[in-house]
Amino acid sequence: MSEPDPAADASASTEGGPSLDGRLQSFVGLSTGPTHRAPDPVNLPMIRHWIEAMGDRNPVYVDEEAARAAGFAGIIAPPTMLQAWIMRGLRTSQEADEARARGVETPGSPNDQLMAVLDEAGFTSVVATNCDQHYERPLVPGDRLEATSTIDAVSGEKKTGLGVGHFITTRLEFTDQDDQVVATMLFRILKFRPRPPAGSREAAAAPGTQSTLQAPPAERPKRPRPALTQDNSFFFEGARQHKLLIQRCAECGTLRHPPRPSCANCRSFDWDTVTASGRGTIYSYVVNHYPQVPAFDYPLVVALVELEEGTRLVANVSGITPDTVAIGTAVQVGFEAFDDVLTLPVFRPVVASAASGDASGETRKS
Amino acid sequence: MSAETASASAPRPTTLLFGEVAVGDVLPELVVPLTRTLIVSTAIASRDYQDVHHDAKLAVERGSKDIFMNILSTNGIVGRYVTDWTGPGAVLTDVNIRLGAPNYPDDAMTLTGTVTGKDDAPAADDTGGVEVTLRGVNSLGDHVTGTVRLRLPDRAAGHAARRGSGR
Repeated sequence: MSEPDPAADASASTEGGPSLDGRLQSFVGLSTGPTHRAPDPVNLPMIRHWIEAMGDRNPVYVDEEAARAAGFAGIIAPPTMLQAWIMRGLRTSQEADEARARGVETPGSPNDQLMAVLDEAGFTSVVATNCDQHYERPLVPGDRLEATSTIDAVSGEKKTGLGVGHFITTRLEFTDQDDQVVATMLFRILKFRPRPPAGSREAAAAPGTQSTLQAPPAERPKRPRPALTQDNSFFFEGARQHKLLIQRCAECGTLRHPPRPSCANCRSFDWDTVTASGRGTIYSYVVNHYPQVPAFDYPLVVALVELEEGTRLVANVSGITPDTVAIGTAVQVGFEAFDDVLTLPVFRPVVASAASGDASGETRKS
Repeated sequence: MSAETASASAPRPTTLLFGEVAVGDVLPELVVPLTRTLIVSTAIASRDYQDVHHDAKLAVERGSKDIFMNILSTNGIVGRYVTDWTGPGAVLTDVNIRLGAPNYPDDAMTLTGTVTGKDDAPAADDTGGVEVTLRGVNSLGDHVTGTVRLRLPDRAAGHAARRGSGR
């Protein structure tokens, strides 16, 4: 309960209106626009430019003999160069920018319209997040490529480390001069609402599947606040006083966590609390890598700790790495003040005889 | 920043054979110095002329700390990292990447990888599939995590007829 799910859908109370999701979903399955035609066939000069920039010394991309010795019929293009063949290039990019600057409304492709809907709703920034390429065969000089792209999915509103936004997945299919599919690509971007940056202009990049603007990491914000209720606020007040409190049924004495109004054993609504010894073991854990929320350090080890009193709670574990965390590890609670208001229990592995919990069993009336 | 080591930046001269690879094998680490030249030249080599990849002043105006590497270049460097390890005869079939922290100039990205999957036996075309899971870390954290699937020959020079060798 002390760690909200960072990937959870954002609250529905944000701007955009109730119809936004419906409008977004209406784009799924549509072609993004006209077919992308590679301006040039696969060719050695562009391959050479690519491998020199990438520092790639694999000879099969430029040397016929080496390519044959390696088992190919001749020179092949670097597979990951796939998208470069259909990039629109400098002149087309400039013409599009100039048209936009003059306020010329071009007949919008579905992709342009989707971007416009998101821009209007405030999701003006874009960042490329995923690219999955599948190759049916290596491309060779002379291949003429075309790519069609389809809007594959538009996510609901998501909270991310960069801000609130929607993920858009585009599927591209590459065909050759014989109309054979030679490769497919899934490209995912996040269209997000930038956090108000200190004195800088709003970050925005040209829309489209080739947009690759990555926003910089924002100022480290505070951890998310717990949603306090009359049932759970004792837990956080206790943490501020460096006490790990467990709710106890005043009728039958059964301990329970997370806090709730009534006892599952005897249904009594009367309860008090006991102070836990702070000793426990890791019952289960997860290592969170993504999405990364700036308030947290990664990789983030989140454990379900079974206290020796028998209840379990979700908490961070410090002093442990993804390589050393293991189910059954003995841990001891400590308390970490993240800011002026928020103090949370954080567990550490027990080293030798360092454990010395408070087992006073102090009680507190609700 | 540490320079690329010569051994890591030179590809293996002969192709690794399917039988020589086991799940758990670790790829040699590759440190890629993130120079301005690298970020600009790779963006232009991929025909990506967005100003945030070559014009530091405009990149800052758009809210970025500096220019940063484009995703096509991350793909290119990931491909290079894997074929440096396999040698020239590997056939890449899938490159799946996920981006995190941007690659800004004056930093370095360290690539590491592990073999996380392998076919039980080679296919009829004398090649076998292998999966590598990799990550590239810069001073801000994970720039890229991903998996690459590829096919390796089962026998040296015995795979001239395999898929993709010609049309």
